[in-house]
Amino acid sequence: MTAIAIDTLLAARTLWHAGRSAVRIADGEPTGYAALDNLLPQRGWPRRALTELLLPADGVGELALLMPTLARLTQAGGTVAVIAPPYLPYAPAWQRAGVDLAALEIIKAAPADALWAFEQCLRSGACVAVLGWPQQADASALRRLQVAADSGDCLGFALRDSKHAANPSAAALRMEYAGNPRGGAWHVRKCRGGPAPAQSFAVVA
Amino acid sequence: MRCCGNTVPDANAPLALIAGSAQQRCLHMLNTAAQHAGLRVGMRLTAAHALLPDFAMVEYDPQAQAHWQNFLAAWAYRHSSLVSAQWPGCIVMEMRASFRLLGPWAEIEARLRAELDALGFSHRIALAPTPRAALVLAGVRDGWALLQVDALAEQLDRVPVRQACLPDNVGERLQRMGIRDLRTLRALPRDSLRRRFGLPLLVHLDHLYGQIDDPLSYYTPPDHFDSRIDLGCEVKNHTALLFPLRRLIVDLCTYLSIRDGGVQRFLLRLEHDEGHTDMDVGLLAAERESALLFELTRQRLERVKISRPVLAVRLIARELPPFVPAARDLFEGRAQQSLPWPQLRERLRARLGDDAVYRVSPADDPRPERAWRRVDGDELRIGAAPARPPRPLWLLAQPEPLRDREPRIISGPERLESGWWDGEDVRRDYYVLETTQGQRVWAFVAAGERSGWMVHGWFA
Repeated sequence: MTAIAIDTLLAARTLWHAGRSAVRIADGEPTGYAALDNLLPQRGWPRRALTELLLPADGVGELALLMPTLARLTQAGGTVAVIAPPYLPYAPAWQRAGVDLAALEIIKAAPADALWAFEQCLRSGACVAVLGWPQQADASALRRLQVAADSGDCLGFALRDSKHAANPSAAALRMEYAGNPRGGAWHVRKCRGGPAPAQSFAVVA
Repeated sequence: MRCCGNTVPDANAPLALIAGSAQQRCLHMLNTAAQHAGLRVGMRLTAAHALLPDFAMVEYDPQAQAHWQNFLAAWAYRHSSLVSAQWPGCIVMEMRASFRLLGPWAEIEARLRAELDALGFSHRIALAPTPRAALVLAGVRDGWALLQVDALAEQLDRVPVRQACLPDNVGERLQRMGIRDLRTLRALPRDSLRRRFGLPLLVHLDHLYGQIDDPLSYYTPPDHFDSRIDLGCEVKNHTALLFPLRRLIVDLCTYLSIRDGGVQRFLLRLEHDEGHTDMDVGLLAAERESALLFELTRQRLERVKISRPVLAVRLIARELPPFVPAARDLFEGRAQQSLPWPQLRERLRARLGDDAVYRVSPADDPRPERAWRRVDGDELRIGAAPARPPRPLWLLAQPEPLRDREPRIISGPERLESGWWDGEDVRRDYYVLETTQGQRVWAFVAAGERSGWMVHGWFA
């Protein structure tokens, strides 16, 4: 039997003290929103991991949340892949948001192939970030994506319907958008490396 | 230098190449095992069967021989710039100029033998100051290297006339006349030799000893690749095609690396009893990595439905653009096993279809559905969009009616009136709306109206 020192587990953030905020290691990918960075244990999107965004409907501001990250990554020359987007990524608007379109690759795929393409892109190491819409994915498929993101050293973003919020997920970070007439906000449902913060975060346009 | 090559199923079993008409079948070429069994070249097939009832026979195909000779000439071309495949069953290479580049002869010879073995060709190699002398020496002893020009005449003099590759059957006739080697032959008066055997014999001797120049027609590499493998049986499933496919692709990549080129588009043709099925493989950038090309082709092949049995596989590549290896950063921080994007892109295209991977770019047209375009190639720069009021990040492929009854107008209208020149003119007022659920919508109505909202995009 191998013994693992508890310090190693704490350092790897697979284990943390309840009720005590873990030692914060700010090694996340900055989201571009200081308020959101402060909420997350890694001070940003978890690296080498899958982030799940749960949406009540398409077009609630999920892209606005990602735009600063995508803009920074593409301008640094990293390839960002968008797998089977539900609508057309509108080039003039993406460019205006700061995305370098030369590094943005759109991949058209049938629903059956989209999950395969998502995993390939995550695993390859050729992309710095991959966006996908895995609607039919079950827990094991999400675990595959999470492992692929880890081995490919890639930021994975899975955008899914809010109805999946109750289902288990292997994603390192899960955020749900809850809308109300006065404006919606993002709630962190799960985050690796610490308890989910109670505060919500709203993108102010 | 001489390489007699044929691809042999089992090198140790007696094997004969059979040629001649149906009534007069005779042995064209034999391997060592067959010769030990007593078979001789030129023997009638019936006589051969009487001596050795069971030996493997392969139909001698002059076309196949020419094909493989050509293939070997292409292979030889990477070791020397002057290669000739003029003599049947033989490749002549000019090596002196290559010594400085490739090292001493012993090293070059070892490399040539290793590569020929890897390609599956039995061979004999000799080095001599004249091409014809090399041909003769290779026939006498494998591995004979004669570097000194002065020693040439002396060595050649000892060669038996039957092995001197003399024209027609002169060698045999001289042997029967008691003239055993070239020294005796050369001592004879030239005039009487010419009268008895004709001028070609004298010319051959002069070429052999380097007394007059021996002009050879030199090989020039073709600018396309075309190779075919006969399967020898009817194949109905994909798995059985993978082995010949791998061989074709390795041959293609050998050929590409000789040319220092790459391949961007090639055709895989599955030949049936009647007609054929073509499979186009197109890449966005030139490649010559055999593992990559094999994987891509395999994935594409697996999607092709094989409705009729396949008899032969043929690979044709006509466009062979220059190959530029991808520049990698020496201090690249990415993971070691990471796949470069071009390879990932080809893998995705192989499974999802040729048009599955693209980029987007703004276009100049003010109409929203035409204000962007697909970019399929490797364009590095993407132009900037003209300055316009805010545009949504998501655009709907087809505008949809807005379900919300009482949307709140945030900004607008922006009138777009355009397209009169191509008959698809639009006249719309665009507004930014907010629905009761809080979604931001980019919607339009007919110019001047305030109802009948059509959603064209989401400010996601």
